[in-house]
Amino acid sequence: MPPKRIAIKNHHSEILLIHRRTIFALGMMGILILILIARLFYLQIVKHDLYTTLSQKNWLDLAPVEPTRGLIYDRNGVLLAENVPVFSLDVIPYKVHNLPQMIAEIGKIIPLSDTDLNQFQKQFKEHRRFEEIPLKLKLSEKDLATFSENQYRFPGVIIKARLLRSYPYGKSLSHILGYVGRINAEELDEIDPVNYSASNYIGKLGIEKFYEDELHGKVGYQQVENDANGAATRVLNHIKTVPGENLYLTIDLNLQLAAEQALAGHRGAVVAIQPSTGQILAMVSAPSFDPNLFVAGISNKDYQTLQSSPDKPLYNRAIRGVYPFASTIKPYLALQGLSTGIANPEFKIFDPGWYDLPNSEHTFYCMHKHGSVNLNKAITCSCDTYFYDLAYKLGIDRMDAILKQFGFGDVTGVDINDELPGVVASPSWKRSVKGVPWFPGDTINSGIGQGFMQATPLQLASAVSTLANRGARFTPYFLYAEQQAGKPSVVQAPTPLPSVTLSNPKYWDIVITAMQNVVTSPLGTGYRFGKNLSYTAAAKTGTAQVYSKKHTGRDEENDHDQLNIAERLRDHRLFIAFAPVDHPQIAIGVITENSAMAVDVARKVMDYYLMPKPAGEKTP
Amino acid sequence: MSLVGILQQKIKQQDSRRQYHSLWQALHLDLFLLISIVLLLAYSLIILYSASNGDQHVVEMQIMHFVFAFIVLFVFAQISPTTYQRWSPWIYAVSVALLLVVLVVGHIGKGAQRWLNLGLLHLQPSEMLKLAIPMLLAWYFHRVYLPMSGRSLLIAVAIILVPTIITAKQPDLSTAILLVIAGGSVLIFAGLSFRLVTILAGLVMIFIPFLWPHLHEYQRLRVLTFLNPERDPLGSGYHIIQSKIAIGSGGFFGKGWLNGTQSHLHFLPEHTTDFIFAVCGEELGLVGSLILIALFMTVILRGFYIAINAQDTFTRLLAGSISLTFFMSFFINMGMVTGVLPVAGLPLPLVSYGGTSLVTIMASFGILMSIQTHRKLLTS
Repeated sequence: MPPKRIAIKNHHSEILLIHRRTIFALGMMGILILILIARLFYLQIVKHDLYTTLSQKNWLDLAPVEPTRGLIYDRNGVLLAENVPVFSLDVIPYKVHNLPQMIAEIGKIIPLSDTDLNQFQKQFKEHRRFEEIPLKLKLSEKDLATFSENQYRFPGVIIKARLLRSYPYGKSLSHILGYVGRINAEELDEIDPVNYSASNYIGKLGIEKFYEDELHGKVGYQQVENDANGAATRVLNHIKTVPGENLYLTIDLNLQLAAEQALAGHRGAVVAIQPSTGQILAMVSAPSFDPNLFVAGISNKDYQTLQSSPDKPLYNRAIRGVYPFASTIKPYLALQGLSTGIANPEFKIFDPGWYDLPNSEHTFYCMHKHGSVNLNKAITCSCDTYFYDLAYKLGIDRMDAILKQFGFGDVTGVDINDELPGVVASPSWKRSVKGVPWFPGDTINSGIGQGFMQATPLQLASAVSTLANRGARFTPYFLYAEQQAGKPSVVQAPTPLPSVTLSNPKYWDIVITAMQNVVTSPLGTGYRFGKNLSYTAAAKTGTAQVYSKKHTGRDEENDHDQLNIAERLRDHRLFIAFAPVDHPQIAIGVITENSAMAVDVARKVMDYYLMPKPAGEKTP
Repeated sequence: MSLVGILQQKIKQQDSRRQYHSLWQALHLDLFLLISIVLLLAYSLIILYSASNGDQHVVEMQIMHFVFAFIVLFVFAQISPTTYQRWSPWIYAVSVALLLVVLVVGHIGKGAQRWLNLGLLHLQPSEMLKLAIPMLLAWYFHRVYLPMSGRSLLIAVAIILVPTIITAKQPDLSTAILLVIAGGSVLIFAGLSFRLVTILAGLVMIFIPFLWPHLHEYQRLRVLTFLNPERDPLGSGYHIIQSKIAIGSGGFFGKGWLNGTQSHLHFLPEHTTDFIFAVCGEELGLVGSLILIALFMTVILRGFYIAINAQDTFTRLLAGSISLTFFMSFFINMGMVTGVLPVAGLPLPLVSYGGTSLVTIMASFGILMSIQTHRKLLTS
């Protein structure tokens, strides 16, 4: 029962009060509901377009897609550079709340090396906050499984499958192919930001750098639906990427490997060129390095090791090594002598073992007393006295002229970067570079390729192939053919250069015959090359002094002096050759630093290329 | 059958007809309110199905909650208002006592604890208080003169604040807010002086700077975020920004059921609970939102109808308070999701996924039905 009621009047006024208040509450509710509806109208009708845009920005993403980098093959279609799928752990910084803590947590389940962390820090500084930065490349199967289980703990960290450049032949081709590496801040300023918006790698050296545009391809796009974690849930639309072009190189991998093997254990370079086209068949610079180290980001330690090695494995001797011509200069000067009429095939000098420069106190020594020497014998025996005399008669200008015609003193224009031009010394060159005048003795020294004259192994090979062609010149090159995705490959035409012309074409044969004698005559300096040779070859040796032995003279055949000298002070040996003489298929330039092996290296390479191969092996 | 027996039966029938207009009244169910609730719940299931990404398990669980809540509603409807009135002080006392037990247990255990584990169910005393406070206040104002005196106002404020402060200590700020609303709504119907309210509001404004350091970090963030959601778009402002994007991008007709990108791609946080209205706004548009509001208002207005037709001060105050509280919790959630009010962590009553507050609300609707269907009994 209700408790005692007080008065009926009160009861009535209570009803009135409560009803009044109920009506008040209803009125308030009405106002609040109107506010709510007005708000909904504002959001859903007035600001609808704005919020639709914001909503689409949330879930629609136009993501650039990296084009697949073109593959690189040798001339026979052997794959030299490929793309291997790897899984990497990527971090999107802006989605991570506490980055150092997150990385520490990841480190507990997935081993992160110092290299990984350093690379990440470097990349972190160079990239924008919403870009994916790899924390660890090449996840193992186990890492992959471990992380997948724990992924929910790490928003903003994703597993990404990507293609990583790989060079199956490693150091055998690193001086040709170069390598790709992560785009650095400097390169970021130069590249097309649109085309590279999805790319992480760029060619840093060699073919990879020179043909970057061809190999890279064109960026594509995906319109993707993203969830709140930024993970693409499905692809709505694409604009396809244009994959990079596949490149076929003029390189013959087997020859390259044979040359590498022939040079094994030495410092030096071999360049082999097909004279009829200028195609580079092999180019070895030893020692070399593994380009795969650079792709994933080389560790500081590994890089220091490569950098500080006295053998300089990073140094591409084939195109950047400038060596004195030594006696390999002689055939060219002989050609100029004949062409200008200064030399005569029949003309003989008497070689007493030295040469006195007329009107001078200087005496130039020759290590042998060759006695009566004509042009043929001078080349065969590499008689210095003959060429001292010839140089004196030609003068430096005419010497330089013929060397320049053969392409010395300037880059060959080969299709990889950073080639050095070497030196064809002249009085004006000496004055501007060395700051001192040209002495008559400089001309005499240049006559035997000593002094200031310098050439790269590539120039040596290129010039000797011009000689093999009897004057026809081509730019040496690597790009055999390019192939756009889904299309037949297009073979590149050789690039002819102005030919070397002599006053009488028979002079070619005079010099070439002399060069044949180098390997066939028992007196020839390259006689070791010619032993049991089953094809014809023309060659010239050269010995570049590293350590000046005063007045001792030089002996290109006997190494007895050399063996007693510290290894690094021994002479460099050069060797240029082409074969067969009638229809040259290969021209070669070899240099071995502090080693007499150049002749043997050249023989092995030539044999490999010209000798019939056991069944099953590819022929060029 | 004897004539006497037939007569007796007839009299019995006549009796029952006089007492009950219908079978529904015999079951103490208000048909209008019942249908309104069923429609609202049905609509809520449509939204929840989409909000849960088509998760049938979630929908089945919610239906189970509904079934249990209807049983509670039915039981509460059978108890007569006089019984509620008689037991009001005891219900309040037991609720506050249990609240203290929870507080102590919570101190022993670690962190915030809001319920007592009774094995079969988790008893949440603060939920009981949503009903116990208005009941005790209605009981109190039924006994004293209205309009209220200053002394009775002080007593009423104490009745509200004691459990509210304990609840806020748990800490459960959102439930504490609802307790103040539940109690405050009784005061409004009981003739609380608006002049006094204005003065008190002024005093609260003055005291906010003193209160500020005592708030939890997340509570302070909520207020700051309300004032400027863009302050921290990926942190505490994220909820409200994404919610507004969801609703705004819905437009007039919405993106279509199950086609909301904001909820299905997980941009919208808590899209099955506190922010479920944003799913409705995104997928069903302004039209679907207005339908939802209309369904809510039908329930609320029926509650007011019951309050107006109630026959004594206790039931009038209780029915009015229940209806107004339901409206306020609906409005606070909608205001939060649309960015009119700060993020308070209150669910949308009957629509948000979850069983606890649902059961309390359905119990209160049971009381409303009891008030409506026991009317004739009182007059007879």
